[in-house]
Amino acid sequence: MQDAAASLDDATLSNHPPQVKMSARDVRVFYGDKQALNGINLDINANQVIALIGPSGCGKSTFLRSLNRMNDTIEGTRFSGTITLDGEDIYSSKVDPVQLRARVGMVFQKPNPFPKSIYDNVAYGPRIHGLADSKAELDHIVLSSLEKAGLLAEVKDRLHEMGTGLSGGQQQRLCIARAIAVSPEVILMDEPCSALDPIATAKVEELMDELRRNYTIVIVTHSMQQAARVSQRTAFFHLGDLIEVGETEQIFTNPGQALTEGYITGRFG
Amino acid sequence: MPTQKHIVASYDAQLNKLHETIARMGGLAEAQLSAAMQAMLNRDSDLAGRVMGGDSKVDEFEALINDQTVRLLALRAPVADDLRTVLTALKVASTLERVADYAANAAKRTLVLNQSPPIPPVRAVVRMGSQVLSMLKEVLDAYLERDVERALDVWKRDQEVDDLYSSLFRELLTYMMEDPRNITPGSHLMFIAKNIERVGDHATNIAELTYYMAKGVSLRGERPKGDTTPFVGDPEGPKVQE
Repeated sequence: MQDAAASLDDATLSNHPPQVKMSARDVRVFYGDKQALNGINLDINANQVIALIGPSGCGKSTFLRSLNRMNDTIEGTRFSGTITLDGEDIYSSKVDPVQLRARVGMVFQKPNPFPKSIYDNVAYGPRIHGLADSKAELDHIVLSSLEKAGLLAEVKDRLHEMGTGLSGGQQQRLCIARAIAVSPEVILMDEPCSALDPIATAKVEELMDELRRNYTIVIVTHSMQQAARVSQRTAFFHLGDLIEVGETEQIFTNPGQALTEGYITGRFG
Repeated sequence: MPTQKHIVASYDAQLNKLHETIARMGGLAEAQLSAAMQAMLNRDSDLAGRVMGGDSKVDEFEALINDQTVRLLALRAPVADDLRTVLTALKVASTLERVADYAANAAKRTLVLNQSPPIPPVRAVVRMGSQVLSMLKEVLDAYLERDVERALDVWKRDQEVDDLYSSLFRELLTYMMEDPRNITPGSHLMFIAKNIERVGDHATNIAELTYYMAKGVSLRGERPKGDTTPFVGDPEGPKVQE
């Protein structure tokens, strides 16, 4: 199944109308009295990278975290509206947030490997979710996840060394391998490259382009150039509102809203 | 220039510099064309020589604009209207370089025209030249002020130049048929007329670039083509109006 998807080239992918993977309707999030999102409607297409951009405090990270209910863990947070994953309401009482986060994985700004071996970092998720029945199966999951994260060649001889001993870029790819290991459908990335040098950034960006064949990726980034390079669609947030969403190429050559243009060109008042 | 300033002031300074360089290059290209017409009308070989010599100055401007554009693209990575502004500047600069080439070529042919007695169609060519020159001036102003309406007016006016050129073409043919001694100056004049007609096309290109720069989409729709000369003498071609 995954191999079939991997053999699709971009032209084939673009010939099919995009399928909606996640859908947000009238999403409002409050931190105590403060409203952080003012009714967001946004569709996230399968097998695409969508970039969320906007100035600090615009609500893009709040929106990202509401996609796998990470906001639930912050005290005083209220949520209203609906978000669906494959048509299923993820805020329904029947949904177990832990299971949800296995389907909608997350990679954070700073690489945060566990203080464990490289192997155990990747094996952690499959173990707690009981995804492997045998040592051989677990080995396979760990190795193929490291492979997909483009890290295997660099670490295959030292799988039992500490994950924290890797370089920053390698640590971030280790975190991506850890996220992939539980076979998520959607990967959320909150500024995954802001702590990385340009080479490590390029490797992660290349990886995102590979990963979108099998996964749907939502990335929050402050780098306009990164949004332009990695995403197929871009959504611009401002003060808790979704101002504009569209094809990345259109947003960066001819945005529809003056506010978007002001932000991406650096003329923000 | 867009009214709202960039947060980084040096970015605006670089964009303004580019704008200013294009304005100066445009002025120079206009002056070259105007002087070439003047030289032809007055049979002034000295002036024609100066126009030929002046072409390298226009080339220098084009190189300068290339440098400024490359620097902006590399260092600022412009997007949206900034990107369109920079790309358009690059294209307008190469268009202006072509315009100046045509002016220099007309000047060179003037030197040959001055070897033989004057023939009357020169005046018609010069008249066409002033019309094209006014289009060029107008479209450059529209471009520099991002005035789409004004640019579109110029775009539509090219039809008149095409009509003028078609009738001039037939007039020149008649002169050459009447007296073989007219063939040398007639041929040169025909090339000059064709080049001036091309300048008109370039003016419409600048109008299209202005539209793209301001609106972010290309100007759609075919501009009416009035140049019927490719069919003159072709029995299979469309009926050419006599």
